Amino acid sequence: MATQTITDITEAEQGTSLWRDAWLRLRKNRLAVFGLTVLVVFIFIALITPWIAPYSYETQNLDLGATGPSAEHWLGTDIFGRDLMTQIMYGGRISLMVGFVATAVALVIGIAWGAIAGYVGGRVDAVMMRFVDILYALPFMIFIVLLMVVFGRNILLLFLAIGAVEWLTMARIMRSQVQALRQQEFVEAAISLGLPPATIIRRHLIPNALGPIIVYTTLTIPGVMLFEAFLSFLGLGIQPPQTSWGLLISYGAETMEEFPWLLIFPGLALTLTLFSLNFLGDGLRDALDVRSSKD
Amino acid sequence: MWRFVSYRLLQAIPVILVVITATFFLVRMAPGGPFDGEKAVMPEVKAALEAQYRLDLPVSQQYLSYLGDLARGDFGPSFKYPGRSVNELIAAGLPVTAELGLYALLVALVIGGLAGVIASLKPNTAQDYLPMSAAMIGICMPSFLLGPMLLLVFGIYLDWLPVSGWGDTPGDKILPAITLGSSYAAYIARLSRAGMLEVMSQDYIRTARAKGLPEWQVVTRHALRGGMIPVVAFLGPAFAGLLSGSFVVETIFQIPGLGRFYVQAAFNRDYTMILGTTVFLSTLIVLFNLLSDILAAWMNPRLRAQFGDN
Repeated sequence: MATQTITDITEAEQGTSLWRDAWLRLRKNRLAVFGLTVLVVFIFIALITPWIAPYSYETQNLDLGATGPSAEHWLGTDIFGRDLMTQIMYGGRISLMVGFVATAVALVIGIAWGAIAGYVGGRVDAVMMRFVDILYALPFMIFIVLLMVVFGRNILLLFLAIGAVEWLTMARIMRSQVQALRQQEFVEAAISLGLPPATIIRRHLIPNALGPIIVYTTLTIPGVMLFEAFLSFLGLGIQPPQTSWGLLISYGAETMEEFPWLLIFPGLALTLTLFSLNFLGDGLRDALDVRSSKD
Repeated sequence: MWRFVSYRLLQAIPVILVVITATFFLVRMAPGGPFDGEKAVMPEVKAALEAQYRLDLPVSQQYLSYLGDLARGDFGPSFKYPGRSVNELIAAGLPVTAELGLYALLVALVIGGLAGVIASLKPNTAQDYLPMSAAMIGICMPSFLLGPMLLLVFGIYLDWLPVSGWGDTPGDKILPAITLGSSYAAYIARLSRAGMLEVMSQDYIRTARAKGLPEWQVVTRHALRGGMIPVVAFLGPAFAGLLSGSFVVETIFQIPGLGRFYVQAAFNRDYTMILGTTVFLSTLIVLFNLLSDILAAWMNPRLRAQFGDN
């Protein structure tokens, strides 16, 4: 009974002291709040696009052709008379999905790799991190272009390829976190209680390393989205009829002299999203950074 | 210092070998040979071509003979440009790409470095926020968007600068250099601001101030060297990024550099060209990372001591 109360109190206190504090600090950062709002709105729109898109995805109107913004087509139409707003909404689904899924792939591999290397230590750690060092030195941009050429343009491969690049930094961050946490009393207590390593990593180490991981995740997503857009721009990423912001920008750039809105609006969507993610990431870093808050 | 250099050198060799091997076998796994083009080639012609490019040998032998060729600095013939070797294409494209990269790096260092240092001198004032917001825009604006936008404004609407080419008309190098350099300028601005802020709060800066040096001398003589270490460490990765970023910029501005050759080779399934450029670029990038690490270590007395000979 008494023990129960004590744990309740500690848990409640921890809840207010770390995450609530961070949230309060984040809320004061206007740019981060702006970023968070934009993201929530964009993600929401992406989720419900099939029901709210003003036109159907395939609808062409060749007689209409490319027209500027108007009452019927708020953001204009492309050379096939397709509604640009609809295309940007569907493109956003793909761009955001690539950003989140590829980052999730990176997150899972990176956390597992870093946690194991940091926890086990010794020779295992040395071998695992040497492997990361070697991969780090590879010029991945070039390699992914190569992968897309060899295996064809495939969205699943794109997730894997980008995820396979981005996990390296995640692993390094996780490892240094775990190494620092390992020395602390509560982990020693957990070890002496005889908990299996997998449980210790899952229950004690990962939750406590969450701050830097969250921050780095928020900063990885824009990088990944940029990467997809870059590949799609070169014609090596997303394949029509699917579309993404990078692909729309690439089409827009081809006809920008006559129809500049085809470049500007998709560009705006991508830039605004990248902005928001970076602002949010910076805000989270400031909000969760224990060092700077104690100064 | 020597131990550090040799340690990093030893690390670079397996990386380059991994690159060569991985690229070679990846390319060989590609479906569709280089001669399965639009036009049907007669079987005997195809066989002759395959023999000429050693495609008829087992893969392991192809690999060994390729390694042998590489050791002699021979990247082999191009599949798609008959009669020309990959070496020739690299020799034609590299100077262009290197020049573009150099200008872009200059743009990045001058603009980024200045912005970062200026921002760090008065943190949390307008003098800080203004350049740093500009840097954020630079980071978020991808080159494949910035390039066309700059083209649209300065090349077409204002008609101040040429829209494409390289060295044909005066001023045609300005837009590509800015496009390629801008995002690195932004990173360098943030890095140099953070680096300078860290250094400016240290004791030796206080000492410099206490002995009565004017502030600009404190900055140029004492703070810059320490504050720029993160920037120098970033130069290697930046160079790698510049090379791959030049794919896009060279495509947009129709510049006959390595990046454009690489993308074309990727579309054409030009095996030896992809292989050759990948190996070449990767080696270059690995070497540049090595160089910037060594430079950063040389600038940082603590790291030097760590690998010191004692």
